[in-house]
Amino acid sequence: MMRPAAALVVAASVLTLACAGGGEPPSEGRSSGSPAPARPFGAAEHARSASEALPSRFGFGRAATDAEVKTWDIDVMPDGTGLPPGRGTVAEGAVIYAAQCAVCHGPDGRGAEYDSLVGRDPDQGFPFGKDPALLEKRTIGNYWPYATTLYDYIYRAMPQAVPGSLTPDEVYSLVAYLLFLNRIVPENAVMTAQTLPRVEMPARHRFVEDNRRGGPEIR
Amino acid sequence: MIRRRDLLLRAASLSSAALLAGRRTVEAGPRRPPVPDDPTKVLGAPPSELGHRSPFEPLGRRVKRRLPSGESETPLQDLRGIITPSDLHFERHHAGVPAIDPERYRLLVHGMVERPTVFTLADLERFPSRSQICFIECSGNGGPGYREISTESTPQQVDGLTSTSNWTGVPLAILFREVGVKPAATWFLAEGQDAAVMTRSIPVSKGWDDAMIAYAQNGEALRPEQGYPARLLLPGWEGNTQVKWLRRIEVADRPFMTKEETSKYTDPLPDCTARMFSFEMDAKSIITFPAYPAVLPQRGWWEIAGLAWSGRGRITAVDVSTDGGRSWARADLDEPVLPKCHTRFRYLWNWKGAESVLMSRATDETGYVQPTLEQLVAVRGAGTNYHLNNIRSWKVHRDGRVFFGLAPS
Repeated sequence: MMRPAAALVVAASVLTLACAGGGEPPSEGRSSGSPAPARPFGAAEHARSASEALPSRFGFGRAATDAEVKTWDIDVMPDGTGLPPGRGTVAEGAVIYAAQCAVCHGPDGRGAEYDSLVGRDPDQGFPFGKDPALLEKRTIGNYWPYATTLYDYIYRAMPQAVPGSLTPDEVYSLVAYLLFLNRIVPENAVMTAQTLPRVEMPARHRFVEDNRRGGPEIR
Repeated sequence: MIRRRDLLLRAASLSSAALLAGRRTVEAGPRRPPVPDDPTKVLGAPPSELGHRSPFEPLGRRVKRRLPSGESETPLQDLRGIITPSDLHFERHHAGVPAIDPERYRLLVHGMVERPTVFTLADLERFPSRSQICFIECSGNGGPGYREISTESTPQQVDGLTSTSNWTGVPLAILFREVGVKPAATWFLAEGQDAAVMTRSIPVSKGWDDAMIAYAQNGEALRPEQGYPARLLLPGWEGNTQVKWLRRIEVADRPFMTKEETSKYTDPLPDCTARMFSFEMDAKSIITFPAYPAVLPQRGWWEIAGLAWSGRGRITAVDVSTDGGRSWARADLDEPVLPKCHTRFRYLWNWKGAESVLMSRATDETGYVQPTLEQLVAVRGAGTNYHLNNIRSWKVHRDGRVFFGLAPS
């Protein structure tokens, strides 16, 4: 299983490995400050007899460059962290939606081959737990708790046939259009890194922590 | 897919099917593989590079939706023991199976860490490794048995989105130490390299506990469908969190609220809320024999067999009922009984030929007892969707045919 490339990191790791003697307590040469126990993976009983103590670091891998992190770090959090510069409008979003999204989600966003995106029904009371018929009626408008999730998901994975092909402006526009269709923002809304995190979704406060804990109680 | 024709064929020749009752076999007729009349009089085949199943054993996943976002199910009724052959491990993808060159594979770990680091596959394989036999189950497993009730449902159709493998990889705790995860970190994002760039937020505590970056499955590299060349493994947790084709881990101090943990994989409750981050798979069991499409050709002694598992630890007991839940008896558990792992149970039954409803009920080491559907619906509401771990039942008719049924009638 070892690949040739692994040999390249051997030199980097020799120093740290050499610091841990066979079964002896760690030498002073080990760096300290690790937040975890020396054997954090539960194999202590089996490993104690022969394996050397874990070094605090092996030195495998290499430092990530800022450019590498920037290329892959596309996620967006509810407070807007990760949103790029750009802007989009409802009108622009309507054009992009018709060209890129309608084939799967229907001309009005109410579902076709794939999920329905638009609809506020049921608009009151969040009754999804009560009726299996409501399973397919979950939409952005009545179920999604965060508007930023729309940006994150469309940018990373949509449209399905050419995933990740939309520009930030196009994604902002689609988000504006979908929020408008769901009667969450007005027709003149402009979505940017500043405005999007401020959009309050109807289902924002409906979500709770998992309270299942095992034991005799069924939850 | 079990075809109705197979059932009719089997029903028409009950006596000849006796030894193979319950298992799918090649049907009689001109398509049956040719074999010599006496194999001791013909020289056999030489060794070969790759083994193959007997042509008499047409095992297969059942493809439920042949879409990039579809799934295929493990043929639970055709398997023995607890290990799922790798090529029969269930599938659930969000945008298909990506093709990844292991030489070009990279895992980026960044965010709230002292040293943002890029690991190659060779780097991951160089770290101390660990192997663990555990199940992975889709949290939607069992949903069809609730919503799309058909008595002609096989264990594969009812619960085929669970599989068990011997996984090998590097404990995530070791990578956390390597990059220096900061003490204030509480969540991390796991991101895949598929076309969905699949993401889930995971508590850092699971990383320090028993999470693993797995690169091997049942002794060989991961199958592409299971995340080749490396995936996140979170023993006992719902399958979608165990991000396949893992390319990035971003450590943070709050969850990211991705699509798959908000609009999907959340559980509406009858009090007009919805449960988020419902990670653990609660205890569950299913009888895999006798079960549709099996036919019991004669009364007498039959071994009821099945699987039980819990995402919270070991299975401590499985009880079996042959009278629709009026009385229960303790089943035998096959060794090994491992935490967060399929556990095989067996119960020897002397069938007197009466109509009988077979049920199994698992208990795990937390004291949790697999609930009835009524118990689940009472606390979760009729609209519940994921995590349907209620007791399953099978009705044995007087003629020996067996059908799926949620409740005795």
